Amino acid sequence: MTWDELMPLLAEETGNTALMVGWATLFTVLIGLPLGISLVALDRDGLRPMPALKGVLGLVVNVGRSLPFIVLMIALIPFTRLVVGTTLGTAAMVVPLTVGAAPFFARLVETALREVGRDVVQAAQAMGASRGRIIARVLLPEALPGLVAGLTVTVVALIGYSAMAGTIGGGGLGDLAKRYGYERFETGVMIATVVVLIIIVQLIQSAGDRVARRLSHK
Amino acid sequence: MIQASGLRKSYGSAVALDGVDLHVRQGEIFGVLGQSGAGKSTLLRCVNLLERPDAGTVTVAGQDLTGLGERELNRARQRIGMVHQHFALLSSRTVAGNVAFPLEVMGVPRAERERRVADLLELVGLGGRGKDHPRQLSGGQKQRVGIARALAGRPEVLLSDEATSALDPATTESILELLRSLNHELGLTILLITHEMNVVKSICDSAAIMADGRILEQGTIASLLRTPGSRLTREIFPLPAARPGEVTVTFTGDPEEPVISAVVRKYDVDVNILGGAIEELAAGSVGRLRIELAGEERESALTYLRERGLLVEVAA
Repeated sequence: MTWDELMPLLAEETGNTALMVGWATLFTVLIGLPLGISLVALDRDGLRPMPALKGVLGLVVNVGRSLPFIVLMIALIPFTRLVVGTTLGTAAMVVPLTVGAAPFFARLVETALREVGRDVVQAAQAMGASRGRIIARVLLPEALPGLVAGLTVTVVALIGYSAMAGTIGGGGLGDLAKRYGYERFETGVMIATVVVLIIIVQLIQSAGDRVARRLSHK
Repeated sequence: MIQASGLRKSYGSAVALDGVDLHVRQGEIFGVLGQSGAGKSTLLRCVNLLERPDAGTVTVAGQDLTGLGERELNRARQRIGMVHQHFALLSSRTVAGNVAFPLEVMGVPRAERERRVADLLELVGLGGRGKDHPRQLSGGQKQRVGIARALAGRPEVLLSDEATSALDPATTESILELLRSLNHELGLTILLITHEMNVVKSICDSAAIMADGRILEQGTIASLLRTPGSRLTREIFPLPAARPGEVTVTFTGDPEEPVISAVVRKYDVDVNILGGAIEELAAGSVGRLRIELAGEERESALTYLRERGLLVEVAA
């Protein structure tokens, strides 16, 4: 395959990967952030102790985390069909990606929030701040550098998941590597895919690090 | 101003408060002194219900807090300032942002908030440092921010949780001075807990001594000093244990007459001074003297000392 053939292909599949990861990141945050907050707030010594509910949520998160992504992806096929109407293509892949990454991100959110000192939360309580305000104005801002670092790790993991998703019809760079590198022994395409992936992950990681550092006033 | 009665609190089998009554008068600085684990921290947290007591009631400024719902309790807490041992500042906010936080909670409009924050920082000696982040400040300065934040809601009561325990002696001195001046100038009632006798000595009008979840004694420093067998007095003046017959005399206020030489001249007794000290307390200067008193007129001499208004304790 020549450069002229390779470039449009690479650009298109990079676009598909970005699309999958982008949407999945959005839904992962929308689900994982409240889930992570709940894991902290509902804890025995949390803002609103409900240990039973917390136990259930923790179990759900652990189940989501214990399945290898490739298994989860296949197991979710009926659910994906229900939600998106199809199991093929980029849009369909957002469902398993989100289900796979949200529990992961929720745990990272939980860890970041637990790093916030107990005395800071108590101080806010002593000032008469409501639970909602403590979450929005104390816990989240104080944990922001940790949350950004967690999000960065999650996006990188999503890129890895998305490559697997590509193999069952999701498109993207994983699909490209499988079709050309694995099935047709096109080493050039394989190498190009690897290089593009390395560059993307590197860019995301260093951007995430930089933002986290800028936000940290510790 | 603060009235707690019958407070009980236990964590599992560990009893933190075992029936505590506390009475803090308006405008005074009240110190609760005790070792760590004595329950004083739990007691302080029960005053603004950060810890809910298992039994008992807490009344602050005439309002029974234990009966309030969440919303009313939060409103009441806005009128009670609190200062923390490790400052508990928000690292994500500037100094001004930290002081503004309670004002945001209270719903004070932005323009007024900014004015008030500037005034508060001026008050605690941090004028012009508003844009700094807490990490750029020293421990003493952080605690000043903590105090400014605690005062934002114009509280009548300030709770201090070991506010100086993380600070070096010189800084401790300056923070205690600040608390004293706030007490004078704003008429602020201060309830503080500490394990440092020095804090009680230098700023407290009243004190309580706590051990094992109980208050052993409480009252104004002056009245405790006049109470025979007071632990507070013993803690302030660590004289060796008295042997039987030895006499311990405690002087409060300014000495008007040289009583010891007077007693020797008036009565047929010999006085042997075994030890003694004078302490400058916030409540005035106090002296304590351990003497041996021997001779025919020993009893009359003791009576004479008592009549001069001194606390005379004879070891049995």
